[in-house]
Amino acid sequence: MGGHSVQLDQKALWGGKESPFQVSYGKMMMWFFLISDALTFGGLLVAYGFTRHDCLEAWPIGEETFNSLPFLGHGYPLLYVALMTFILIVSSVTMVLAVEAGHRMDKKGVIKWMIATIIGGFFFVGSQAWEWYHFIHGSEFGKVELSDGSVAIVKGHFGEIENFTVTVAGRHHKKGEVIKEDLMHTFQHAAAAGHIENEIITLHDGSKAKINKAKDHDLTLIIKKSGSRYKSDKEHRMITGKQAHDLYYGALYSGESNRVIYGANLKQNEYGPQQYAQFFFFITGFHGFHVFSGVVINIIICLGVVAGTYHKRGHYEMVEKTGLYWHFVDLVWVFVFTFFYLI
Amino acid sequence: MERDDLIEYSLHAHHDEDKGKVIRKKIYFVTILLTAITVLEVFLGAVIKQDASIWPLVKWAFVVLTLLKAGYIVIVFMHLGDERPWLRYVILVPYFIFILYLIFIALWEAVYIKGVLSYFS
Repeated sequence: MGGHSVQLDQKALWGGKESPFQVSYGKMMMWFFLISDALTFGGLLVAYGFTRHDCLEAWPIGEETFNSLPFLGHGYPLLYVALMTFILIVSSVTMVLAVEAGHRMDKKGVIKWMIATIIGGFFFVGSQAWEWYHFIHGSEFGKVELSDGSVAIVKGHFGEIENFTVTVAGRHHKKGEVIKEDLMHTFQHAAAAGHIENEIITLHDGSKAKINKAKDHDLTLIIKKSGSRYKSDKEHRMITGKQAHDLYYGALYSGESNRVIYGANLKQNEYGPQQYAQFFFFITGFHGFHVFSGVVINIIICLGVVAGTYHKRGHYEMVEKTGLYWHFVDLVWVFVFTFFYLI
Repeated sequence: MERDDLIEYSLHAHHDEDKGKVIRKKIYFVTILLTAITVLEVFLGAVIKQDASIWPLVKWAFVVLTLLKAGYIVIVFMHLGDERPWLRYVILVPYFIFILYLIFIALWEAVYIKGVLSYFS
């Protein structure tokens, strides 16, 4: 008999040997994990759309809710969120550059780009923390219930509170004392609790003080829920000028509690229906948690690169796999940006 | 012990500096494109108000631009474009079947429930 017969290793055949997809087990499982995670986020956004569609109240508008920048104040619709999106896109780019460096076995390049990615990730998480802080604390005006029962949000520039001058002494403050600390916080707290009547604020210790406050500018009320007199339809929802001023301070200085709401928590918020804040906290929170875990994973893998673990292995596939996760986080944010903030 | 049932596919995924240059150029192009789309989206959102008559059109533009962005991220950044066709199908086809079904059923249900809520309120 000529030639030779090849003995087929049955065990190797059962083991599958070559992958029909030409990818390693780890990479494929990362993809499968990402599919399931993408379905989770898809489910959350679909639930958001469902709730928004079924809500009979006016839903908050992204540009009106998120219009502040750090150090610069209000009047910059969505710029901050756009900046966050840009930060995340750039950190995705540095990640893909790290993967590319890995394909050239350029260890220094991988380390450099991974560190850049980690810094970008920290910036994003920090930005989100700032946004949450801002969302929870709310605007300077808050949401106000007007005298006819209608509900309005308020735009404009809040005149600074200069001081409180004590007119009736309490346990701590003497008559004639001028209080200059923690003014905004005290003011908002008292306004929400109904402790202000006709520019006279009742402080914690029982003393009464006169509020000295600079004038507001461009005060505008936007009616979100119709009352018996003011309506939320397109033609009538904006109230400006002296009327807005009188209505707003009429409610704020009424001495009744819960006429004004500042910021958001899990029970009430100034922006709109309660589900809105709930979804904000859950969706951006869940995404932020993904970013945070991505940063942690990136740090661990970066340490592995520095230690030379993957260089010895002959390939930087681990960087590629964490890269997949990191790009996914960016991908989710692109959708959150559109469906939560833009539309 | 050396295992012969594990194949290191990534050992053959290396490229040289010249190919790297081409790849990096593509990455920078996609970066600029994604940034430009984001700027365009924010610009559209800032200029056109939600009560404008063309707002529904803007909404659809947002969806299309978002899908474009997502496509570039998945195909270029996540290298799905470089994988074998069957891997692409195994990842994308089940996802789209499930998510389209979910969107369909949620929207269908939401429209009905809104009808009921409006009727009784």
